[in-house]
Amino acid sequence: MQPDRPVGILGYGCYVPRYRIAGKEIARVWTDGQGGVPVQSKSVPGPDEDTITMAIEAARHALARAGLPARQLGGVWVGSESHPYSVKPSGTIVAEALGTTPWVSAADWEFACKAGSEAFTASMGMVASGMVNYMLAIGADTAQGRPGDALEYTASAGASAMVLGPASEALAIIEATVSYATDTPDFFRRAERPYPVHGQRFTGEPAYFHHVGSAARRLLSDLGRTPQDYTYAVFHQPNSKFPQSIAKQLGFTPEQTAPGLLSPQIGNTYSAIVFLGLSAILDIARPGDTIFLTSYGSGAGSDAYSVVVTDTLLERRDRAPRTADYLARQEFIDYAMYVKWRNELVVG
Amino acid sequence: MHLAKHWRQKAAYYRLEGQRHRVTGEVRFPARQATVGESDEAAEAWEPFVLSGKGEIYSFSVVRQAPAGFEYLAPYPVALVRLAEGPLVTAQLTDCCEDDLFIGQPVEMVTRRLKDTGKDGVLVYGYKFRPVLTQVKGNG
Amino acid sequence: MQNVYLAGIGATPVGEHYTRSLIDLALESLRQAFVDIKYHATPSQVGALYVANAMGEALAGDAHLGALLATMAGFQGVEAFRLSSAGASGGVALHQACMAVASGVHDLVVILGVEKVTDKLQDAQEASLSLATDSDFEAFHGITVTSQWAMLMRRYMHEYGYEADAFAPFPINAHANGTANPEAMYRFPVKISTYQKASQIASPLNMLDCSTLADGAATVLLVSERLMREIGNPPVRVAGRALASDTLALHDRPDPLWLSAVHQSARRALHQARMEPADVDVLELTDPHGIAAALALEASGFVTRGTSPRHAADGGITPTGTTPIATAGGYKSRGDIGGASGVYQVVELVRQLRGCAPSGQVPNARVAFAQSLGGVGATAVTHILVRDD
Repeated sequence: MQPDRPVGILGYGCYVPRYRIAGKEIARVWTDGQGGVPVQSKSVPGPDEDTITMAIEAARHALARAGLPARQLGGVWVGSESHPYSVKPSGTIVAEALGTTPWVSAADWEFACKAGSEAFTASMGMVASGMVNYMLAIGADTAQGRPGDALEYTASAGASAMVLGPASEALAIIEATVSYATDTPDFFRRAERPYPVHGQRFTGEPAYFHHVGSAARRLLSDLGRTPQDYTYAVFHQPNSKFPQSIAKQLGFTPEQTAPGLLSPQIGNTYSAIVFLGLSAILDIARPGDTIFLTSYGSGAGSDAYSVVVTDTLLERRDRAPRTADYLARQEFIDYAMYVKWRNELVVG
Repeated sequence: MHLAKHWRQKAAYYRLEGQRHRVTGEVRFPARQATVGESDEAAEAWEPFVLSGKGEIYSFSVVRQAPAGFEYLAPYPVALVRLAEGPLVTAQLTDCCEDDLFIGQPVEMVTRRLKDTGKDGVLVYGYKFRPVLTQVKGNG
Repeated sequence: MQNVYLAGIGATPVGEHYTRSLIDLALESLRQAFVDIKYHATPSQVGALYVANAMGEALAGDAHLGALLATMAGFQGVEAFRLSSAGASGGVALHQACMAVASGVHDLVVILGVEKVTDKLQDAQEASLSLATDSDFEAFHGITVTSQWAMLMRRYMHEYGYEADAFAPFPINAHANGTANPEAMYRFPVKISTYQKASQIASPLNMLDCSTLADGAATVLLVSERLMREIGNPPVRVAGRALASDTLALHDRPDPLWLSAVHQSARRALHQARMEPADVDVLELTDPHGIAAALALEASGFVTRGTSPRHAADGGITPTGTTPIATAGGYKSRGDIGGASGVYQVVELVRQLRGCAPSGQVPNARVAFAQSLGGVGATAVTHILVRDD
């Protein structure tokens, strides 16, 4: 899929909470410390944080980089699987905090870990069609894992925001995208249930690898490119292993993926993770660099994007904190504090 | 449960919107109504204005005997913050602990969850301040 | 305007009165006050009952205290109502009652301060106290009155170069005095070494620099000069009184370390009494923390700004100092009785002026200064009391 009217990223912003819990600290509680852990540590939201607060901070950074008054946004779309309300949009609160209201499309998107990617693709369409000039697409999550479950090691918190607009004003141009979706129940959460259920090994080959691989190969084929044509690549990161395996299968090198591989440090920030990876790359990229991006959402689907960095990046990059600034401010907490903050203690 | 009480403060709570005087440039937060005897013209000289959220700690404390509704957060730091535009504001500090804090410390506004009013109540969001994450080059 | 006298006093011990209701406490103090005047005036002569109470709705479950207590007390039919101005309720009630007697409308007005707090637990008490702050821009953010005073204390330390234990003389003096007061809640002395080890409540305020909210009731009978002569107790006249207001929110004040309502009310009350601060023999301040007493002493004109802790360290606040405070234990040892505190203050000062204080008696006290604050001095009421014979 390629837009008639070229679309690009005008500004990007990221957010990762200050707190971390180590994988081995979770293992201490649940496995007596035996066995490996899927990530070294994961980010943990503070007691006053949720998808909305993280989305607001990332969005402020994206607007600052874009140099765009909030009122010029045609839409504020928030993708998440952990919206604080079941019914009541996160988008209106974020739009209000940014000062975008009232003439704005505010909406929430949902597609497991691909909700941010949904907002991103749909925002491309809004700009490409000429219906609006500027869109804000956000992926943000405070993901939940059942205590003791494998997901508890990885389900983390973070947010990413992208201002999309005409390619002529962009710091990075989105050349093309594809979307691939099937009905695959690898991971789900029923309404009214607190924690999701996952299909263990079923989440691998028929789910993650099939969908990410299909979308990625199709986009490369559509554009007549090979992995060697890209400076960087980012794949969805449910753990440390999957994104490195798919990169290898597709023919991308560790050098291409290392700058955007964040899950070993902060876990899987769900809707935010691929765009956080993109942010980390944009923090260091040079004009002309090319970036290959593929999201994944359980249920299941993948969106792949091909991005080219423009000269504009250099003048905008330092208008907001970099991803590395958030990665560097890490305060490790123990499992007891983690449980207190996750509201899993009965307090009052 | 209060709904409208918090909702009507959203501009101030979410984005630190106060007022600026069209002529003198003086900034005040929160926004105020005209006083008795102030003319309509004088009152209208104050326009809505979103403060930068930058400031420094004027003083601080840590609440360890929390009022109802804040038990889950205790102990939590609170501060009087001198905003860059001049006004003082009272708020919670976040993403920091007591040993990190000092009078004169640069802080910045973040929008956080101020209060969860219960499983069948609203979540109220609003400003808090944290030690400045990083000094970045300014731009709109 | 006619002269106004404090003829009778009564108060219950301050504490956790779990077995007794708000009505029980109120009636005990009322009966004591009439015993104090040996029934030289009878309930039938009561012109009005002013009930001072700050937190009746939130903590006691009562919001209609005037009629309730008037009828329970046997004053049925009398003019009765409640005054509520946070911690200053007691001072405000006395201030209004003075006008009723001075104007000649009434010969006898009963001022009853009562607060029943222990029917609720601490989180509800803290939330109720926070209602004295700005609800949208302080209380809703988790700010407590204690944390407001704490922030002022830290700023004061910063501006004037004090360490936290410079404030230790305030609770040490309060407890030294309160130890002998049978009505005080905490009757034990405090040592500096204990103060220095106390855990934090709202830094830099520690546990020994924070008062405890407790139950109690106090009554004063305010009478005309004619009735005072009939009653025959040592005459204590209200020589000056003034009530002033300031913003609830600290952040709305141009100089947060200057309690402007305290300054205005003290200056106007002293002026009305034709007195200077140096004429005052004994004081009752709203002193839930040392910083509160320190700022009140400065704003009231007793000491210059930035010197209160040194003044206290030099013994200036003890019964033999130039500004004796907390002679009955103050908020710290006697207890903080919410909206009744202002009435307790006056009960203590009448005893001082009669020369019969059970603790901390200031020798030959003739002039007393009562100051009742709501919030962090958003409401400030000052009364000057003079022994008139």
